[in-house]
Amino acid sequence: MIHSLFLVNSSGDIFLEKHWKSVVSRSVCDYFFEAQERASEPENVPPVIPTPHHYLISVLRHRIYFVAVIQSEVPPLFVIEFLHRVVDTFQDYFGVCTEAAIKDNVVVVYELLEEMLDNGFPLATESNILKELIKPPTILRTVVNTITGSTNVGEQLPTGQLSVVPWRRTGVKYTNNEAYFDVVEEIDAIIDKSGSTITAEIQGVIDACVKLSGMPDLTLSFMNPRLLDDVSFHPCVRFKRWEAERILSFIPPDGNFRLLSYHVSSQNLVAIPVYVKHNITFREGSSQGRFELTLGPKQTMGKAVESVLVSSQLPRGVLNVNLNPSQGTYTFDPVTKLLSWDVGKINPQKLPSLKGSMSLQAGASKPDENPTINIQFKIQQMAISGLKVNRLDMYGEKYKPFKGIKYMTKAGKFQVRT
Amino acid sequence: MVTLLLQKVKYTASKNICVKISLSCRHDDLKEMLDSNKDSLKLEAMKRIVAMIARGKNASDLFPAVVKNVACKNIEVKKLVYVYLVRYAEEQQDLALLSISTFQRGLKDPNQLIRASALRVLSSIRVTIIVPIMMLAIKEAASDMSPYVRKTAAHAIPKLYSLDPDQKDQLIEVIEKLLADKTTLVAGSVVMAFEEVCPERIDLIHKNYRKLCNLLIDVEEWGQVVIINMLTRYARTQFLNPNESLLEEGGEKTFYGSDEEEGKEDKVEAAALVVKRKPYVMDPDHRLLLRNTKPLLQSRNAAVVMAVAQLYFHLAPKAEVGVIAKALVRLMRSHSEVQYVVLQNVATMTIKRRGMFEPYLKSFYIRSTDPTQIKVLKLEVLTNLANETNISTILREFQTYIKSMDKDFVAATIQAIGRCATNIGEVRDTCLNGLVQLLSNRDELVVAESVVVIKKLLQMQPEKHSDIIKHMAKLTDNIQVPMARASILWLIGEYCEHVPKIAPDVLRKMAKSFTNEEDIVKLQILNLAAKLYLTNSKQTKLLTQYVLNLAKYDQNYDIRDRARFIRQLIVPTDKSGALSKYAKKLFLALKPAPVLESPFKDRDHFQLGSLSHLLNAKAGGYQELPDWPESAPDPSVRNVEVKYPTEQSSTEEQKKSTKSKEPKDRSDSESEDEEESSTESSESESEEESESDTDAKKKKKKTVKKWRIYVSFCVALLLKCSFPSPQAASPTCGPLKTYELLHRITGEGLAVTYCFSRRPFTGDPHMVSVQIQFTNNTEVEARSLRVLEPKLQSGMRIAEFPEIDVLPPGEISTVVMGIDFCDSTQAANFQLCTHTKKFFVTIQPPVGELMMPIFMTENEFKKEQGQLMGMNEITEKLTLGEGCRGDHVIIQRVISTANLSRVPCGSAMECRFAGKTVTSGSLVLVTVVTKEERAAQVTVNCEKMLIGTMLVKDILQALSQ
Repeated sequence: MIHSLFLVNSSGDIFLEKHWKSVVSRSVCDYFFEAQERASEPENVPPVIPTPHHYLISVLRHRIYFVAVIQSEVPPLFVIEFLHRVVDTFQDYFGVCTEAAIKDNVVVVYELLEEMLDNGFPLATESNILKELIKPPTILRTVVNTITGSTNVGEQLPTGQLSVVPWRRTGVKYTNNEAYFDVVEEIDAIIDKSGSTITAEIQGVIDACVKLSGMPDLTLSFMNPRLLDDVSFHPCVRFKRWEAERILSFIPPDGNFRLLSYHVSSQNLVAIPVYVKHNITFREGSSQGRFELTLGPKQTMGKAVESVLVSSQLPRGVLNVNLNPSQGTYTFDPVTKLLSWDVGKINPQKLPSLKGSMSLQAGASKPDENPTINIQFKIQQMAISGLKVNRLDMYGEKYKPFKGIKYMTKAGKFQVRT
Repeated sequence: MVTLLLQKVKYTASKNICVKISLSCRHDDLKEMLDSNKDSLKLEAMKRIVAMIARGKNASDLFPAVVKNVACKNIEVKKLVYVYLVRYAEEQQDLALLSISTFQRGLKDPNQLIRASALRVLSSIRVTIIVPIMMLAIKEAASDMSPYVRKTAAHAIPKLYSLDPDQKDQLIEVIEKLLADKTTLVAGSVVMAFEEVCPERIDLIHKNYRKLCNLLIDVEEWGQVVIINMLTRYARTQFLNPNESLLEEGGEKTFYGSDEEEGKEDKVEAAALVVKRKPYVMDPDHRLLLRNTKPLLQSRNAAVVMAVAQLYFHLAPKAEVGVIAKALVRLMRSHSEVQYVVLQNVATMTIKRRGMFEPYLKSFYIRSTDPTQIKVLKLEVLTNLANETNISTILREFQTYIKSMDKDFVAATIQAIGRCATNIGEVRDTCLNGLVQLLSNRDELVVAESVVVIKKLLQMQPEKHSDIIKHMAKLTDNIQVPMARASILWLIGEYCEHVPKIAPDVLRKMAKSFTNEEDIVKLQILNLAAKLYLTNSKQTKLLTQYVLNLAKYDQNYDIRDRARFIRQLIVPTDKSGALSKYAKKLFLALKPAPVLESPFKDRDHFQLGSLSHLLNAKAGGYQELPDWPESAPDPSVRNVEVKYPTEQSSTEEQKKSTKSKEPKDRSDSESEDEEESSTESSESESEEESESDTDAKKKKKKTVKKWRIYVSFCVALLLKCSFPSPQAASPTCGPLKTYELLHRITGEGLAVTYCFSRRPFTGDPHMVSVQIQFTNNTEVEARSLRVLEPKLQSGMRIAEFPEIDVLPPGEISTVVMGIDFCDSTQAANFQLCTHTKKFFVTIQPPVGELMMPIFMTENEFKKEQGQLMGMNEITEKLTLGEGCRGDHVIIQRVISTANLSRVPCGSAMECRFAGKTVTSGSLVLVTVVTKEERAAQVTVNCEKMLIGTMLVKDILQALSQ
């Protein structure tokens, strides 16, 4: 299936290669570089590139291209999904997935890749199994290893691959037993010029951090499970139980994992927690334009809208801006024409605004496009869809765990057209 | 931090040194480090070498120094050596052979994980000389007890096949064997091997089809993808098209049936049709596949969701396909690469089944932050989804897109508007007006694209739009994009009778600028000139001559050719042939309007989700999706009659085993799942029983008769598949013998029994697993049941069962513990504790439980027996007991006495059994020869004489009863 993997950085250097079958010369990447040159933006490189003898399937994450070389028919999503899993694993191991981090840990990276694929077919992609095989590097362990000469590779052979619960390590022990669940919802929306919602949908996830000893069996129930009309589960969730009773029943993996992600589609009514008043105009003949923007909260159920960040790609004709924010700071990059305004928290009594003028290229005609405004925000302690966890119970172990549930709403791809 | 920095400094320093000395003495320091006897130095050296490999530097000259360390004790060094070995073995074949013996030793290791990793590395070494060794290793591993080793064997198959395709036939045998495996661990890997080695051998799937369907949900995600894709192909060859009856009359329907109601209509119509003609009944196996894949739409893995979606698209009845839309729309939130692939597939689906995605129209709206390639694909989907009801919203959406800063995207939007206009007659004029407005756009690219699209639209009804043509004629002064200029010229030429005054003037202007034009524009100028000459020669004769003369000396030969050709055709000379008479017909023939259609049309002949579909070209190794068969092939090929009883009992057995293995942890879900699958399998069995004719039933009766003969065979099979106890596996053998550990009275209400479950003990293969059952007969609950202070003979070991926290009154709980008896029948003594009491207990194993079955062929058996003669052979004569007649009784009694497996045997008078002792692995071979008049002879060959003697006694006793 997957023949080889090349890691290419943003300047076009191949800084790591790994082959699972016979060696493929790195010159095969020339086709990739060609496509890269043709694409105007880095994210416009086609994910699948055919070459005379091979096919290149690539993903772009953290400004690194992961280019997989394959030779024959294979579902492209299979490869793409796997590459993303590789990136997730690196991130899990090294905290960040940058070129520097990969180069510093090249041996661990190699060991990981070796375990993840056998002959190009995925073997162990579950992070719990991998961590049993290869311990993630920590500063402490690096120090200890350099002094004692011990290794990162697990001395014991992993049993996870053999068990019926492959995602969980055996013999887990904690002094403080705790289970935390974060319900995080993101709103994707397109708001049109007049302020009416064109489309809005909610993408939610429940991320868990479970540190429980032994083999706990958890059940999580919701106050209003009907809201979740399209869900996807971590493999640990018993699907039949969900189908029958709308209860999540599972033996959790150890540590951090995504229990569930769900989608509340555009057909349901979605509350939009902020509104934007804007007035962005260019006058014909003059080299000035007006820019006015005001933000305000709505339908937030009394919760504060925090970490608000507004960004907008202004037209190419704009030379510079001279704006006056009522709160926060703004920056404008005259090269990329990206305006961003870090607003902070919205105070409902005194709405934040950004007003001022834009200077345009002299003599050039007025730009005929209007910029779209992207907004990011966070609302703590609220799930905008109204989803609520009812209770969490544990069976199979006798200690009393500490349980906690947190809700948060964030903006996903939240756009306002002007 | 400091150490990190130091490491970095060291790293760069060593790199520099390497570069400097590389010419004179390459890597001498590394060689020295590898030769040292300190593991830390070796490790450091290997790490640097692996870093070199990772950067693509050649490190092959270190091969001899590295390969020496293949047997190193340090696991990390060992693993890195493997990495190196696999990378360079192909280049250094002779030296690589040095390492082979290490792996061969590893293949015999008692630890399954070591066996597996040895096989994995051995099979990755691409050296042709070792093909026979690999073949042997794979065959052996394919019948290993551990499913993990069998999985590795399945992985090794394609490796060997790519190394030596001549091995295909032998490999297919192994695949066939592994396909019959019943564990989820193996299923995905073996199907992958099947797809790579022999995808055409669809006949191998028949017998395993139902099993694969039932296992599917528990297979790991990557295996699911492979299995689903393979089953899609399989289903296309074996079942009938569920939409067939609709297709024939579907032609008229599609004219109006494009709304959501389509589904309902289909149903109604289908119902009507069913009454009329021979009813279509879906094969229960077809239904099984659809039912078992549906939950996987909820998978977190996009590849799995896509695989199920394509399965439904290709196999499901029209009314049911709708379920996949929601899942696919969910994937759109994922990474942009995933979006890209999903959108490609959605685009193809929307052409065939538009109604499915219509409710999700808004999910395809475009954001300014999307990458261009995603935008273009979304646009494609939106265009496909457009119909009379939603066109106005879509067009309004398109209007905002036209203002985008991304010009490639704007161009694509204009194309999309053109397509909407051609497909939906009502909005053609609106679209055309909109496009004409765009002609005054400041951006040249936008104008050019609009011109091209307008040209196509005008061709449909030119007479109504002469003013638009006039407007466009004016544009020739400003527009510089060659394609647009060419389009305008073609339009004017084609419809010159609608603009009689302007056309000659345009030609005049063009003649002036002819030399500076691009080639495609020049060709169109010639074209225009020729057409005008034919219609309006009075005004344009000279102009045409002039243009033709210019073209005659053009640098481009296409243009020179064209000029020569046109001159001959239109300018009448005495030499000119008959063709010039028809010049007008040639040039001014009525041209059919172009059909603007999606580039995704007809892509669905490729299997969706495949690479070939994405590229719209056949990729290497692509398996064509076969057409539905005209009439269904025999469905009975999928019946698994012979194995029917075994399958039943084995699922039960599995259920039991999971319960006992991890009583607290997993029992709930597992038993749930198992129950599900077992009920499902029995359901399908019964369905099929009722549906398929009495034939099958007759067969089944016969099978029952034959059944007793099959038992021995199945027992052997099961043992091979590591399905534990032969007794439990075959109903005729009766239940496991239970022994009392603690009587109810001595235990003050707590009764404990144990039996030897004959299952390999997980965690330690040297231990005998003992299944212990606690029954609480008291009124109060017993707490914290556990093992305390084992008193053991030297060498004996105990793996205690996990503590039972609470045993409520009246409840029964079962646990498994492992005991290494050191191949002796000495008892294991220990204390059994509750929260209040302690009891001294003893487990004494019968000699027959100290061994485990192994699978052997007759020849192997004879060979091994030959080596265990003399003192190691014990023979006894006996008279068989009253009820002990016939082979199967003997087999059953021997097997219930000792944990052995049957060895196939040619002679009817002989029964052979083989096993090995659990701790030391010494062979135990048993032969029972029957003679006249109930006389018989038992022979045991075993290195351990004590065991041999005791075993003979036990068997004698069992047989003479």
